[in-house]
Amino acid sequence: MSISSRMDRLRRRAELLKRLRQFFDERGFVEVETPLMDAEIIPELHIEPFGVCAIDPASAGQSAGSQSEPCRAPALWLQASPELHMKRLLAEGFGAIYQITRSFRRGHRGRLHNPEFTIVEWSRAGDGMAEGVELLDALCRWAAAAPAATLTSYGEAFAQYAGIDPHHADYAQLAEAARRLGVRAPEGLSAASRDEWLNLLLASVVEPQLGASGPEIIYHYPATQSALAATTVDAKGNEVAERFELYWHGIELANGYHELTDAAALRRRFVEVNRQRAADGRPALPLPETLLTAMESPGLPRSAGCALGFDRLAMLVLGADAIEDAMTFVEGD
Amino acid sequence: MAIYSTNEFRKGLKVQIEGVPYLMVEMNFRKPGKGNALYECKLRTLLRGTVVDKTYRAGQTLESADVAEFTAQFLYKQGDQFVFMKNDDYEQYEMSAEAVGDAGRFLKENMDCQVMVFNNQPIAVTPPNHVVLKVEYCEPGARGNTATNVTKPCKLETGAEILAPAFVNIGDWLRVDTRTGEYIERAKEPSA
Repeated sequence: MSISSRMDRLRRRAELLKRLRQFFDERGFVEVETPLMDAEIIPELHIEPFGVCAIDPASAGQSAGSQSEPCRAPALWLQASPELHMKRLLAEGFGAIYQITRSFRRGHRGRLHNPEFTIVEWSRAGDGMAEGVELLDALCRWAAAAPAATLTSYGEAFAQYAGIDPHHADYAQLAEAARRLGVRAPEGLSAASRDEWLNLLLASVVEPQLGASGPEIIYHYPATQSALAATTVDAKGNEVAERFELYWHGIELANGYHELTDAAALRRRFVEVNRQRAADGRPALPLPETLLTAMESPGLPRSAGCALGFDRLAMLVLGADAIEDAMTFVEGD
Repeated sequence: MAIYSTNEFRKGLKVQIEGVPYLMVEMNFRKPGKGNALYECKLRTLLRGTVVDKTYRAGQTLESADVAEFTAQFLYKQGDQFVFMKNDDYEQYEMSAEAVGDAGRFLKENMDCQVMVFNNQPIAVTPPNHVVLKVEYCEPGARGNTATNVTKPCKLETGAEILAPAFVNIGDWLRVDTRTGEYIERAKEPSA
């Protein structure tokens, strides 16, 4: 990339940031700032956070080797998303908030990933999934001059591009679909992990087709993939998550939830995440007790929240092929 | 031996699977936000050069391959064995004709080559891209025919058969591209 086009891209990136702020400001959202580093994080099954270790100045000088020792019990974590603190603010009584900040996820490096990235996160009290989807669509049209998004359920997307019913297909049907579609199964993918097979098909054959002719919002994920979203029963009787994702040109841009407000249910999900992490040989992560306590009292209001990968949106708006062309510096620069 | 976990996977990594060394020639990271990361790898065997596709999930590992490459002189061929001498420490390495493969037809004594070893066993040899070799046999040259598009087979001193222009004669020195096996031009006899 030549210097002039790099400067031009960074200027356009800055304009996109301004447009996003304008979108939220005009709708009465308050821009907030929350910690990048905290003793608590949201435990996720497939997101590895960076632990932060303080180097004790008394021992740091003793041997150069001690500094490279892995940090076994980090006192603080770099946030993989600001949602934990955003939910705490909602519980305090904020009605509509947003922020544009940095988030950190270990081991993510590729055409669409950098371990440190810019995230746009917003939450609004009173919203359910329909309002959350509507707001995301409005933002995409405003910021990226996109046409109105089409709405497709997770079940419809799998029926169309993988020829299966993701809510009922068993292991044999999932493996057969992968074979039929020429999808190479990863080494050692077990028959037991239905969600991993769905993830494989999603990444390999469904995602690349999504949002080909304009933004597309996928909703009603299987309840087993609800993360922090409330669950419901769809028209066909499937238990589904009120979780929605925005795709454009085959690229995942945003993930939103009609938030689960039941603290006890959320705690059970976190415990289950840690059980599965331990089964995979990965460390359990501390539970966000402060958030869980706030959800018990005063309680999290009915709300929807959403996170958008800003670098990816900038990449699409700039017509770039990789996020590094839309970012100022990436890891290794 | 080092173990690479998926988050260390990258292009250029040398790994081994079931005792076979591979070079990672491509690595594509895919990850739906809430799903497990997939690492789509293209791996080229360092033995035969064939490429295999493999996909790994976050947390899986591959063993590193102890692979090194150095400059060595081709000394001589003894029966089915090619003998090389590493330039910096004069250590000798023997390699079977099968392992040398196609490269063998361009190897001439005292030629500097790149030798690749896996666990200190030579697995591949690469001659210089361009070598100058003497024509051992070809049909007589057509005098005055300077066209380069009319070719005939020529056998070189190392045993390689290549196609060269019709004007080439026995005893001529030819510059050859060892990667394609193609004639480049006539050359002067190299000084020993």
